[in-house]
Amino acid sequence: MTSLDTTLAALRASGRKALVPYLVGGVSDDWLDHVRAAVHAGADVVEIGVPFSDPMMDGVVIQRAADVSLGRGTTPQSVLDDVATLDVEIPLVVMTYFNVFHHMGVTRAAGALHSAGVSGVILPDLPIEEQGEWRASCTDVDVATINMVAPSTPPARIEQIAKIAQGFLYASARMAVTGAASDEGHALDVVTRSRAVSDMPIYVGIGITTPEQAAAAARIADGAIVGSALVQRVLEGQGASGVEAFVGELRRAIDAG
Amino acid sequence: MTTYMDHPDELGHFGDFGGRFVPEALMPACLELEEAFRDAWADPLFLDEYHHILKEFGGRPTPVTYCERLSSELGIELYLKREDLAHTGSHKINNVIGQALLTKRMGKKRIIAETGAGQHGVASATAAAKLGLECTVYMGELDTQRQALNVFRMELLGASVHPVTSGSRTLKDAVNEAMREWVSCVETTHYCLGSVMGPHPFPWMVREFQSILGREAAQQLVDRGVGTPDMVVACVGGGSNAAGLFSGFANSSARLIGVEAAGGSAIGIGSPGVLHGMRSMLIQSDVGQIEEAHSISAGLDYPGIGPEHAYLAASQRAEYFSAGDDEVLDALQRLSRSEGIIPALETAHALAWVFREVGGQIRRGDTVLVNLSGRGDKDVAQVLDILGARA
Repeated sequence: MTSLDTTLAALRASGRKALVPYLVGGVSDDWLDHVRAAVHAGADVVEIGVPFSDPMMDGVVIQRAADVSLGRGTTPQSVLDDVATLDVEIPLVVMTYFNVFHHMGVTRAAGALHSAGVSGVILPDLPIEEQGEWRASCTDVDVATINMVAPSTPPARIEQIAKIAQGFLYASARMAVTGAASDEGHALDVVTRSRAVSDMPIYVGIGITTPEQAAAAARIADGAIVGSALVQRVLEGQGASGVEAFVGELRRAIDAG
Repeated sequence: MTTYMDHPDELGHFGDFGGRFVPEALMPACLELEEAFRDAWADPLFLDEYHHILKEFGGRPTPVTYCERLSSELGIELYLKREDLAHTGSHKINNVIGQALLTKRMGKKRIIAETGAGQHGVASATAAAKLGLECTVYMGELDTQRQALNVFRMELLGASVHPVTSGSRTLKDAVNEAMREWVSCVETTHYCLGSVMGPHPFPWMVREFQSILGREAAQQLVDRGVGTPDMVVACVGGGSNAAGLFSGFANSSARLIGVEAAGGSAIGIGSPGVLHGMRSMLIQSDVGQIEEAHSISAGLDYPGIGPEHAYLAASQRAEYFSAGDDEVLDALQRLSRSEGIIPALETAHALAWVFREVGGQIRRGDTVLVNLSGRGDKDVAQVLDILGARA
């Protein structure tokens, strides 16, 4: 049990649905202000992307943001150094691809995440079969390893994943990479199957684009994750005020039920 | 004694390399594919059909050719395994026929594929046409411009070509895009990966489909009384032609030599990392960002290498060297003039190494088998441009 498990269990017990905005680290000089703005507007967890050259699970918007960030000289360590200066009351989780931490060395990476004040990590290209060493290093320093389940994940495998999952289960609403979507996807199905085998908090992500979609996801699950729709606004130059306005809209829609 | 090039472990590891580093959405497809391949590869009916198509349609077996003039010039015994004579002009047909048959066996109707220079794209489009499958090929936008004729070939064969505009707009990005696309259509579509790379079971499966060329070559050398060569040599990008060749000699006394492009030498200048579903050797920055490879041959323009090659290098069963663009151009011309065979630029890397190393790594009198993995027709316009500019 990590601190993130405790915090998110308490959040759910309070009856509040979690809102998890995603932002790309290092995308602009004032990116930490974007994080603060998201927190101020009612985020419960902020997911911070560490840019990687080959983001296989990301669609065009987040790819572009990663390119912009890397073009500014962002490194994994520079993102973590920035994050370490944040003084926010909510958990921060990092999303990236395994090579970034593999290259750093898993023990060192886990230590760096802990030092930066990161509570959990999402690595979409590190399935449970390959997680052993990573998970052990992170658990040692109280950093949760967050796992995804997809519409294609069969029940027996969801159970395997749920058994070792930490923090929350990231339920992918659709068979797609990150990015805008207009259809409903398979969120209800994935959440229902996950509920059947796990009492962990379940947050829905992938393709959650509008406040209405976020509210719908939060109705069937314990929270909603919104990435590309927010990053798109950042890329358009809307800045911290744009982030605050959009996250606020998401918050109100979710709270309205 | 250690046996080489048998099975990876049950999670697809070759020593420290390989494995399955894919999004959860793709795990069931990888598991389904592994099961389907194990089942098919043990099924005499599948094997019969695979071998029948490769014979009747693919032009197998390809011959081994003795290079009389070069052997005499170099003071070695030089043999070529002639994959340039296989249908579509390279060894790629061996893999795509296997995977297209497997696609049908799994009840899927469509394949997607990545391609760099276009060889695997053309081969995939060919197999799809032959077996009645839909085919979409992902190709970096830069490569679609450099290889416009191959784009047209694929279209002639009924495939659609999807230019990839992300990242460096070359092979690495085409793989990223094909994997992204696969996530969204995995129930109806098989990803026909072109080399011994990617998540398990691809590195093992593609090697098995290519092993036909290594087995043939070993038998052909025995039949003509040559026996086991001192050395077998192949070019390596992802490494499928080398894996096929090496598998015929892995447990013999032959030295196994892979030749990478100097600017794409994942073994030579890379370090361990995780990309495209596998743990292998990768060319990457000091903070773990993948770097672009650079080579005169688009087919070797890849910053990684198949995980079994990384393992064969680490265990020292195979040795990996590199060749630079200039010596590759020289080698292409030398083989053309001396033996009447225009090799692909990729293949010319293996030849360049042999020509350079006689008297060095290669002793006079040695018997050397080189995999002539592809014909050079696709490259002549590019070679003309380069040589013309120098004249």
